[in-house]
Amino acid sequence: MSKIIKLGRNRSLTLTKTRVVDFSTYLGVVLAFLIVNSMLNGDMLSRSFRGQLVPICCYIVMAVSLNLTVGILGELSLGHAGFMSVGAFSGVVAAMSLQSAVPSEPVRLAIALVTGAACAAIAGVIVGVPVLRLRGDYLAIVTLAFGEIIKELINCLIVGCDENGLHVIFNLDGTKTVSDLGLAEGGIEIIKGAQGATGTDTIASFTAGFILIMITLVVVLNLVRSRSGRAIMALRDNRIAAESVGINITKYKLMAFITSAALAGAAGALYGLNFSNLGATKFNFNTSILVLVFVVLGGLGSIWGSIIAAAVLTILPEALRGFDDYRMLVYAIVLILVMLATNNAQIKALFAKALGPVRRLFAKPQKGGAANG
Amino acid sequence: MKKFVSLAMVLALCLCLFAGCGQESSEPTENPEATAPAGGTGEPAAEGAAFYFGAVGPLTGENAIYGNAVKNGAQIAVDEINEAGGINGYQLKFRFEDDVSDGETSVNAYNTLMDDGMQVLVGPVTTGPALSVSTLVNEDRTFMLTPSASSLDVVDGKDNVFQLCFTDPNQGMGSATYIAANMPEAKIAVIYRNDDTYSTGIYETFVAECENQNLDVVYEGAFTGEGASDFSVQLTGAQSAGADVVFLPIYYQPASIIFAQADAMGYEPTFFGVDGMDGILTMPNFDMSLAEGVMVLTPFSADATDERTVSFVTKYNDQFGETPNQFAADGYDCIYALKQALEASDANPEMTNEELCDALVAQFTSMSFDGLTGSGLTWGADGTVSKLPMAVVIHDGAYVSAENA
Repeated sequence: MSKIIKLGRNRSLTLTKTRVVDFSTYLGVVLAFLIVNSMLNGDMLSRSFRGQLVPICCYIVMAVSLNLTVGILGELSLGHAGFMSVGAFSGVVAAMSLQSAVPSEPVRLAIALVTGAACAAIAGVIVGVPVLRLRGDYLAIVTLAFGEIIKELINCLIVGCDENGLHVIFNLDGTKTVSDLGLAEGGIEIIKGAQGATGTDTIASFTAGFILIMITLVVVLNLVRSRSGRAIMALRDNRIAAESVGINITKYKLMAFITSAALAGAAGALYGLNFSNLGATKFNFNTSILVLVFVVLGGLGSIWGSIIAAAVLTILPEALRGFDDYRMLVYAIVLILVMLATNNAQIKALFAKALGPVRRLFAKPQKGGAANG
Repeated sequence: MKKFVSLAMVLALCLCLFAGCGQESSEPTENPEATAPAGGTGEPAAEGAAFYFGAVGPLTGENAIYGNAVKNGAQIAVDEINEAGGINGYQLKFRFEDDVSDGETSVNAYNTLMDDGMQVLVGPVTTGPALSVSTLVNEDRTFMLTPSASSLDVVDGKDNVFQLCFTDPNQGMGSATYIAANMPEAKIAVIYRNDDTYSTGIYETFVAECENQNLDVVYEGAFTGEGASDFSVQLTGAQSAGADVVFLPIYYQPASIIFAQADAMGYEPTFFGVDGMDGILTMPNFDMSLAEGVMVLTPFSADATDERTVSFVTKYNDQFGETPNQFAADGYDCIYALKQALEASDANPEMTNEELCDALVAQFTSMSFDGLTGSGLTWGADGTVSKLPMAVVIHDGAYVSAENA
């Protein structure tokens, strides 16, 4: 099945099926970016599509990272938006408070993304360490609660920044307001409790989104294809067998879960810095489920499936604006049809038949290409 | 063989996906007239130029009543204006896009409208989305008049963003002033939602103003979440504190549950709501008798007897089969306020968004407007409106001016 491609005198690359899929995923993302970016520069894209580019990147990263937990690790997580929320608000705080210290926007964005990822990873450790030791569906229950708890906590959070540094109030009894922060003149209010982060500098860009997707792909695909990744999949497929050959279950579960949380945090930071106003209620249970839908529809464990599902399902509701009030109805019908179509052997065969000539067309030159290489 | 097939398939899919989007989305910019909105205007755009007003608000989801009311109210105004010959002789094109009261969707809806050639934005209807969109509007130099996004942050620092509704601080202040003037002896309880911008904004100014007015606030109860369904703790707290006025700076869905639970436990204080309470009369499956005697601070009362209100209420009833609430009146007033400003500045549809924006900003900061929600409305340079609130009482499923009750 596998072919060997020689790269140099002493190096060669075994072309396995998974490798081809991985490389074509990278290639597809790069190509898509190049095409969209050139259209963007040529001013060929509508505003509505331009405005969706960054959210699409965020949702792709969310879907790919959740796929690591749900598809690769085999644990159901219902609070992925919670990690996004942690990342979003910590990222916004980082970017806004460094406004004067770091004038360069890309650098500030990078710092915000790293901060968001780090905070979400810490949240991942807090949730993961106790829960991932248990057997059964506890992760689903705990992450569900986690998402709600984060929402409530951020509603209590009031953060401001002036020349003396960050001011944080934890407004548990609901009696404090922004004025209690005691900001010096020229200080900025970053998070205003229930109102969320308002007046955020929107520094997120499509290029940053693309780079984040590529980093996510490198991290996730390399993890999955590594020794650790095989251990993770082994304990997904048969926990007892994996344990019997000496795989440290908690360690590998935590590895996958925390990676997934950190990536979601980075996606959240990018998302938060794309809108001037962001409330904690945005990252509710519905958003978690939305991301889960991307993963399930794209195929559990299939990274490129998640990418395509996230992109298509983010664009779809906007593309359906022509249907007016029936928009969400049509959206639901499309979802059901896609589910049916991807699981129906007859439809699959029909597609294969229809795509037959195209396949041969594509397959031929590449076969020759590989032989030459 | 198989691996190459899969490679080819992935590539093809990626390409199809993005090529498809590009094609579809570049269409409207090339040919804006060809993609006429499916559900915007009832009138076909007259030949030649027309002013294009866009609006954004929730037509579906939790806050759909507000968006639909604004849409219907504005539509009546647009139809009336078009029938009467338009603005400066130009017809008016109106398109309303749904945002489900979500910031991201609202930005998308606004971008869709901009693609379609919108010149002036009416909306967004709810506060959170309005915050996101107002920043974009300010960058794009498009004029924005929101019928009902009441937070001060919406207009703060943006010279081309204006509000037709009271700001949150004004509502809290107005309520406290009204209670102080009419029920000075009242023992007041407040039940508010502490994870909601709107509710906390009003609550804070209300409590602060109560202190100024020497009003007795005996109980403050908070709840969280759109799905809150049990208020027995807060109601028992208010009852045992001896409150006879319960101030509810919240939306109508939780309020409806509060009414039902208070009724069940035999607690009968005077409930006092603000503009979020508007909409309770059109809420499906709501027992109207529970809302009997509820006071609402609103700038609009459907039982007013002046000619314009009567004609508006009749038209609204005929077309949509219900009594208009304050949001419908806000939507209606928005269109007429824009009409007055456009006429005064002698604008025409050939002007760019920026030119229109500058002309409208100049007019709005200097003109005085008479509408359904008050007469002599004036706007400050900060974008907030000044008008008088008035209290209505719900009586037999309709609003009645508090003075008549």
